[in-house]
Amino acid sequence: MKILVAVKRVIDYNVQIRVKEDGTDVQSDNVKMSTNPPDDNAVEEAVKLKEAGKAKEVVAITIGQEKAQETVRKALAVGADKGIHIKAEGYIEPLGVAKILKKVVEKEKPDIVFMGKQAIDDDCNQTGQMLSAMLGWPQGTFASKIEVKDKTIQVTREVDEGLETIEINLPAIVTCDLRLNEPRYASLPNIMKAKKKPIEQLIAKDLGVDISNRIQQLKVEEPPKRKGGIKVANVAELVNKLKNEAKVI
Amino acid sequence: MSILVIAEHNNINLKTFSLNTINCASKIDLDIHVLIAGNKCENVCKEVSAIPLVKKVLHSDSTSYENYLAENLTPLVVKLAGKYTHIIAPANTFGKNFMPRVAALLDVSQISDIIKVNAPDNFVRPIYAGNAFATVKSTDKIKCITIRPTSFDPAPISGGSAPIEKVDATEAPNISKFIKREETKSERPELGTARVVISGGRGMQSSENFKLINAIADKLNAAVGASRAAVDAGYISNDHQVGQTGKVVVPDLYIAVGISGAIQHLAGMKESKIIVAINKDGEAPIFSIADYGLEADLFEALPQFLEELNKLNTIQK
Repeated sequence: MKILVAVKRVIDYNVQIRVKEDGTDVQSDNVKMSTNPPDDNAVEEAVKLKEAGKAKEVVAITIGQEKAQETVRKALAVGADKGIHIKAEGYIEPLGVAKILKKVVEKEKPDIVFMGKQAIDDDCNQTGQMLSAMLGWPQGTFASKIEVKDKTIQVTREVDEGLETIEINLPAIVTCDLRLNEPRYASLPNIMKAKKKPIEQLIAKDLGVDISNRIQQLKVEEPPKRKGGIKVANVAELVNKLKNEAKVI
Repeated sequence: MSILVIAEHNNINLKTFSLNTINCASKIDLDIHVLIAGNKCENVCKEVSAIPLVKKVLHSDSTSYENYLAENLTPLVVKLAGKYTHIIAPANTFGKNFMPRVAALLDVSQISDIIKVNAPDNFVRPIYAGNAFATVKSTDKIKCITIRPTSFDPAPISGGSAPIEKVDATEAPNISKFIKREETKSERPELGTARVVISGGRGMQSSENFKLINAIADKLNAAVGASRAAVDAGYISNDHQVGQTGKVVVPDLYIAVGISGAIQHLAGMKESKIIVAINKDGEAPIFSIADYGLEADLFEALPQFLEELNKLNTIQK
């Protein structure tokens, strides 16, 4: 079994996001970048399947500028075998990303594609579902537990009502929730070893797919600021304020 | 312009967020059709037919639609899509699951989780966990949109009589199978729509201690929420999670107990009308957005809180 894992480089989740003064986007120059958090879970799950003898090869792919390679290197350092970097400048919408990934899937022929359920920058939550529709594959989205069988995977999904379990045929797409596993840290020797693992580079526009954006970002602004309130001295004062000032209880 | 709303339901009743979705659709155009795909879901059709904003109900019945498998629902929506300028669903785990499939097959870019309609092609949506709002314009002919339900009021539910039209079911691709759903049963209001929400975080220290939260929730007729830290630690099940990757709530009163206020959590609750924070760390970021902050040990404060509530003659429900 072969697994493809898609990883995205995003502004680190601990960075305080600031909107650019000209209102065109958020500031991303000189801020810490890292792998999109649920993508780490996707890599971890793939590597675990390899360690369990269920998968033979794990290929990590990213799309983006030169530095996006760091996310692939990180995946290689925790156990992926091979990397692919699709070079592209600027923002590509999930539709375009899914089209690129479809090309790669057709060439690499994985049995499972793992990806994060959502990127924490554009918060779209689309790419996995789009890719699986384009391929005509089933999807297990928001996965918090999986069990790989012969020709199917059982996926436990985190849904609004609680948990849902489905069984999907292979090949399939699985988008990972943060609770799927605990991503490991790379050890120093493995980081060194990862430097020798191959990363194949391709250019997005050479793939022959239309990745033009369909959505224009007209303006980015800060959300209305919430004013901090007051501190109350004790519970009695709190209840009094809620009852008589805010009138919410 | 004509809008297709994909209704969320449980084959018996319409789910509330479909009403918010219908109301959002009415900000774009009033020619609103609602698709109800399910198994023996006649009652849902009746409910939707009575919604005054709905012009037509499309009813497609098949066992393959019973559990809203995205692989089965998508071909039906795609088959109907050609007649519409907008296809809309709530941005919850129902809408998020199938809508991108529809968009991909129509070769259009989906606009996720909108909170405001400026024009039929111009919307506002939060990005970076709500730390920025983007105004976006879609250039696609058919616009696939998911909406943040709590940003739109629910549509009125009675007085209408829209015609119900049968639509042939599409063939199921048979690549996915529903096994089971473990729903958390609760007598309390739903987290997404409750007037009052009380949430616990890592500071609760155990699932056992959530009974302190539950007691107050019962008193205030509140829903119980949690931070990701509390869910990850196993104190409470995932369906209680409030935040960027959990639920977004906008109650009149949100009480955060033992929650420090990570960006991811604030993304799910900072639009609440009144926010109360109870935390023993006076420097916790949650205090910077709280209307009323109480710096105290929650294990002392919560029992006192219940006691004070018991003293009140009346409590709003």
